[in-house]
Amino acid sequence: MTTTATATAPVPVPGPEATALYDIPGPRTRRRHLIYGILSTVLIVALVGWILYLLFDTDQFTATKWTPFEYKGIQELLLRGLGNTLKAFAIAAVLSLALGALLATGRLSEHRVVRWVATLVVEFFRAMPVLVMIFFVFVALKVQPLPALVAGLTLYNGSVLAEVFRSGVNSVERGQREAAYALGMRKTQVMSYVLVPQAARAMLPAIISQLVVALKDTSLGYLITYEEFLHAGKLIASNLDYDLPFIPVVMVISPIYIGMCMLLSWFAYWVSKRQRRSPKTEAVDVAPAEPGTLLPGGGPPRAPGP
Amino acid sequence: MLRTTRLFAALVLTALATAACGKEGSPPVKGPAAGKLPKYQVDEGFQLPESGTWRKAKSRGRFVVGAKEDQPYLGEKDPASGRYSGFDIEIAKMVSASLGLDPGKISFKTVASANRETALQNGQIDYYVGTYTINDLRKKLVGFAGPYYMAGQGLLVRHDEDDIKGPQDLGGKRVCSAAGSTPYQRIKEDYPKATLVAYDTYSVCVDNLLTYQVDAVTTDDAILIGYAAKVPDELKLVGKPFSEEPYGVGVPRGDNALRFAVDDALAAREKNGDWTKAYEATLGLSGVPAPKPPAIDRYPAS
Amino acid sequence: MDVLTDNFSTFGDGFLGTVELTVYASLLALALGFVMASFRVAPVGSLRVFGAVWVAVLRNTPLTLLFFAVLLGLPRFGLVLPFEVFAVLALGCYTSAFICEALRSGINTVPTGQGEAARSLGMTFSQTLSGVVLPQAFRSVISPVGSTLIALAKNSAIAGAFSVTELLGTYKTLNELGYSIIWTFVWIALGYLIITLAISAVFNILEKRWGVAR
Repeated sequence: MTTTATATAPVPVPGPEATALYDIPGPRTRRRHLIYGILSTVLIVALVGWILYLLFDTDQFTATKWTPFEYKGIQELLLRGLGNTLKAFAIAAVLSLALGALLATGRLSEHRVVRWVATLVVEFFRAMPVLVMIFFVFVALKVQPLPALVAGLTLYNGSVLAEVFRSGVNSVERGQREAAYALGMRKTQVMSYVLVPQAARAMLPAIISQLVVALKDTSLGYLITYEEFLHAGKLIASNLDYDLPFIPVVMVISPIYIGMCMLLSWFAYWVSKRQRRSPKTEAVDVAPAEPGTLLPGGGPPRAPGP
Repeated sequence: MLRTTRLFAALVLTALATAACGKEGSPPVKGPAAGKLPKYQVDEGFQLPESGTWRKAKSRGRFVVGAKEDQPYLGEKDPASGRYSGFDIEIAKMVSASLGLDPGKISFKTVASANRETALQNGQIDYYVGTYTINDLRKKLVGFAGPYYMAGQGLLVRHDEDDIKGPQDLGGKRVCSAAGSTPYQRIKEDYPKATLVAYDTYSVCVDNLLTYQVDAVTTDDAILIGYAAKVPDELKLVGKPFSEEPYGVGVPRGDNALRFAVDDALAAREKNGDWTKAYEATLGLSGVPAPKPPAIDRYPAS
Repeated sequence: MDVLTDNFSTFGDGFLGTVELTVYASLLALALGFVMASFRVAPVGSLRVFGAVWVAVLRNTPLTLLFFAVLLGLPRFGLVLPFEVFAVLALGCYTSAFICEALRSGINTVPTGQGEAARSLGMTFSQTLSGVVLPQAFRSVISPVGSTLIALAKNSAIAGAFSVTELLGTYKTLNELGYSIIWTFVWIALGYLIITLAISAVFNILEKRWGVAR
């Protein structure tokens, strides 16, 4: 439904990759691949055509379904929803970063009790579905939708970010820390002058990727009647007067949602690409955090947040 | 990469551009326009100092009322203008007028069914009017004024439907309701021969009814009457209601002064004809005549 | 405490609902993810583009929006299925994008020399794939796939809000019955912990048995 706007993706370029799977093709193989290529293109085009046919066949492009979008009131409703989405995202992002820093400090503390408490908090909130936390705050603690959404997002993303920060600080080359201590710096100084500045640069892509998760998760506010973007869409879509324009609403809303997330993902990718060339981050190598894994030493691909 | 960004920027710009030159007003609406709504006389001298909720509302100058936003002619929000309308909304307005505050100033807030109790307990709303069935369990959590309307589970069918006259005729028919709702459970248990179809929203059920994908829609008759009013020539209600759902005005649990005052207000409005006028201007458009309002239940404070 | 004992069947139904949802969606995600990963490493350009678009779009779609589009949008195409099936479809498709990326990076970890060596021994494509590349890729893929599936189990909570019977959704019933909401959530949280811990235990065993020594 939403493929058109996203033909080029910030996922690594779909060019022929050098893998262990193929040799460089010879002339006969190339001819065969050409035939496969034509065949699969035909199939994909047929699929897209079929979806388009279904869209027309089920009257998704009738005037009644689309005219509502021409009205100022409706557009303002959608923009207000978008604004609320961005507001929740902004607050949650700032608070998550703060909570993440706090929890990471706790996990790096020299006091055993502090370390344990911080570890417990981080592990618990990473293992819980965000939605359970949001509903808990909303239903059990009886809080308004926006604070409930922000609280849930902050607890979850803050815990994941704490892990990013911790592994970032830990992955600064050991010599740096040792040299700093040897110069007679105290722990706070070592942290704030040596480790954190170097870690921060290297962590930036991982942090931004986590913010993409937070941005996507703001749509959970829909489920607790926070009047965000999707909620505005639902109000329009379920109106009998407009002939229930669910599909048109999805066609309007999803490119904007996906576009925003892609832009942010792409920004993370761009930052990390730039850093790979930067000498300032040579001492650090941060793997992106994995939300919610309880596995020892998980690998790099990012697990999905909702 | 760059192309994506440019494309996206272009999309945003077009969106903004179209937003800047949208049409005024609301998109065309199906169904009869709401009739002439009664004007409610505001009782200027009204005082209720015993009620904390009322004192707060008085100093604010208006009531904050919880409502539904997706039930035509009952509690509906116009997506374009943000205005609420319907029978429940009229009830909220007449109560406000009787309690001495201008009904035109009420700020309505959509509160989902699951959160009605919390919204009242936390003082996010002063009272709630939105197909709120009175039952003993809920009485432990909130106070109920009224009932102001006696609803019951009913059946909505197409106008040309002759086979279905009541729930006993549902065998082999496709019946639509909201997934997991009480009406859904009741059909499932009491009339197992019916084929149940569940959706998230009743408006989708009604649309399926109009396009012959289901044969009946079931839920509280008040909600069904509202939908019937949208297309009175195509839909009708059949049979007698097969449950009793007394709708009440939800107020904070401890505030008995407010509860009794709302009871008085409803009684007075039923007596002076405002109740009937409000019904006729909203749900009455379906052709279903105004019923007699149910007796008000002034249960003692506990 | 009596929240659990009085409503054991409600919790049980919810728990089983979540487990079923997780299992079916995982199977769909693994299958689709495998197909998309093979598209993405295929020598055919159009398949690579299709795979890339699939991954890029789904990874950047909020899952709630996907649920909205599938559960409320697809019926508008005249496709009416039980909510459970729709939920599996939405969860499976969403997660398949992440599985695909995990598998693809797994395949990419196999050094090119391995394939070259296999071919120079005269192995055919399918022999190379099944005898050399996949076994090695499988090892490095266990742990990321594990965390992806844990995320899937957690994400299944969204289905509860779209009227599918599952663990989080039980709070509605119990709240209506007037039980302590705090305790209800404690048990719900415990249920999710059990599921996520079980998945991670399974993958820990797999990892120990076949994983790459790190």
